[in-house]
Amino acid sequence: MSMLIKFIAVSIASGTPILFGTLGEIITEKVGHLNLGVEGMMAIGACAGFMVGMSTDSFLLALLAAFAAGAFAALIYAVLTVTFMANQNVTGLTLTIFGVGFANFCGYYAIGKSESGTLKLPENITAQMRNINIEGLSDIPVIGPLLFSYNPFVYIGIVTALLLWFYLRRTKTGLNTRAIGENPAAADAAGIKVTKWKYINICLGGGICGIGGAYTIMIINKGVWISDCVGGLGWIAVALVIFAGWSPVKAIFGSFIFGALRQLKYYVPAAITIPGAFYDMLPYLITTIVLIATSIRTSREKSQPEACGTNYFREER
Amino acid sequence: MSVEMKRTKKSKEPLIRTVKRTELSGQKAVLLRIAALLAALVAGGIFILAIGYNPVLVYKTMISGAFRSKLAFQGTVKVLIPLLITSLGVTLAFKMKFWNIGAEGQLIMGAVFASYFALFHDTLPHWILMILMVLGGMLGGGLMGLLPAYFKSKFNTNETLFTLMLNYIALNFVVYLREGPWRDPNSPGYAKIARFSKNAQLDKVFGIHAGWIIAIVILIFVSIYLYVTKRGYEISVVGESQATAKYAGMNVKKIVLRTMFLSGGICGIAGMIEASGSAVTLTSGIAGGVGFTAIIVAWLGGLNPFYIFIVASLFSIMEKGSSVVESTFGLSGACADVLQGIILFFVLGCEFFVRYQFVTRKERGARA
Repeated sequence: MSMLIKFIAVSIASGTPILFGTLGEIITEKVGHLNLGVEGMMAIGACAGFMVGMSTDSFLLALLAAFAAGAFAALIYAVLTVTFMANQNVTGLTLTIFGVGFANFCGYYAIGKSESGTLKLPENITAQMRNINIEGLSDIPVIGPLLFSYNPFVYIGIVTALLLWFYLRRTKTGLNTRAIGENPAAADAAGIKVTKWKYINICLGGGICGIGGAYTIMIINKGVWISDCVGGLGWIAVALVIFAGWSPVKAIFGSFIFGALRQLKYYVPAAITIPGAFYDMLPYLITTIVLIATSIRTSREKSQPEACGTNYFREER
Repeated sequence: MSVEMKRTKKSKEPLIRTVKRTELSGQKAVLLRIAALLAALVAGGIFILAIGYNPVLVYKTMISGAFRSKLAFQGTVKVLIPLLITSLGVTLAFKMKFWNIGAEGQLIMGAVFASYFALFHDTLPHWILMILMVLGGMLGGGLMGLLPAYFKSKFNTNETLFTLMLNYIALNFVVYLREGPWRDPNSPGYAKIARFSKNAQLDKVFGIHAGWIIAIVILIFVSIYLYVTKRGYEISVVGESQATAKYAGMNVKKIVLRTMFLSGGICGIAGMIEASGSAVTLTSGIAGGVGFTAIIVAWLGGLNPFYIFIVASLFSIMEKGSSVVESTFGLSGACADVLQGIILFFVLGCEFFVRYQFVTRKERGARA
């Protein structure tokens, strides 16, 4: 029993960086832009968050820096695809290569400048990143570890997801946003400022990805800098967007499932011998099946926004 | 009428707007791209300067690092071979506007199929084994390309996302083989796949594995296929407009399936070359991001085999040269990725000016 609770708790934490990446990608795709640069934006966010965290020793400033850096990386993408109408796939992939390269480059450079040869976040900030422990609440059996035992990112992630759901589903700007992703020409004709909202959503999405990147370096690597710290989580995040059917709330549960898949191999009884690689493959395999299933059922609700992947040029009709 | 007039007067025209222009002449377009490349190098130089190094010296080291000795040059060519082949592979799909992001997975699967022959049939005569491995590579990559193409043509399944997922499925499949059935029993430590026997290795020609000959053959083949054959013409028609292709009596589904098999197959051959010529075994890092870089190279080269060759060469020089920059200046080898990124950002931006232009409110008024 306690094993099961521990597994669930670990899964939820493990899914959190993926959740951030997915949320960022969802609102980007909702305005009709497929940004394959999630991995890169996460890497840049991780780098900025880490560097600022190390020099200011403030968790909040580190988070803000991660957000700002991710948003800035997304801004490059937005300028190229929205204003300059460059191919989205190519721009996104470039952003990934550039972002991961840039983060590794900066990390390597900073290590070279440091005296000890390693980079580590100071004590004050690591204390703030630790799993919360609320007197009384965290000690309740079952509920305590399941609800009140996570690092702050987990709560930030869930709140962000709920806010995004509210934004997309319950506000007028959210409705406009979705209209842009489905049919930008119609949205434009209805008086929605297509370019402006594309920029805002893409940058917001990049910022959220950046926070996910900060998670990878601060929690997964426990505040010690390593190269390639995102390690492919950005791509799982892109997969989760499909699995979650472009819904922020479903993304929460999807991230728990993907997190569980990432942890499953450590918890399966030794008697069951399934190759370890199979567990790592599962998120992608399941996503592929979901992708095919939704395309066979041609479910409009759970598929990619109609105009996603194509740039909008007002004078081309 | 008068009401409408009032309304148009009220709504202000934006200060700057985008209009399409008549295509630039080929020469001007090339000049524009070269200008973008130079601008990118300047931007990269400013970055290098900002962190306290001499950009001219770094660039110089990068170029000389790729050519400084026979060994360095051979290293550069070794980087170029898989990149060029894979870029040519994805070009076929991209010409059809089929967004094959799965080159990485196709390359890996090609390597897997080729490795099967290398590991379990290495007693065959060398030439037969080599041909079998190339065909195996082609089949492995081709099937990886065929799968999303089938679902795309049948159910309109999104090919970008599908091919993307297949990359990681293929990658983990190699990990499975490495830790399971293909694990080398003679390696007691960490799991790995056995080295290929001499018989299963590509021959060396002029000091470099024969992959470069295959690359040249594929370069010529793709050029002819695209520009001379009927099938190549069909690809561009499908890419321009599926409706037109259907109206002209082309079997769009068949063309998509055939082209994707070929596209994946060519990437698979790159995998075979990497396994047999370079790594001499199958590793999980056999593709190492080449599949993604290839997409960028193909796009930068304007889907033109000749330009792709030039861009791929440039990227290989940067890749190889930056390892020398790493050892000389203590800068990370990742600077190749950063520089490639910056160059592509600039070139992607400049593509815009080939097709469009900005006009200000004033200019427009004068023109009208």
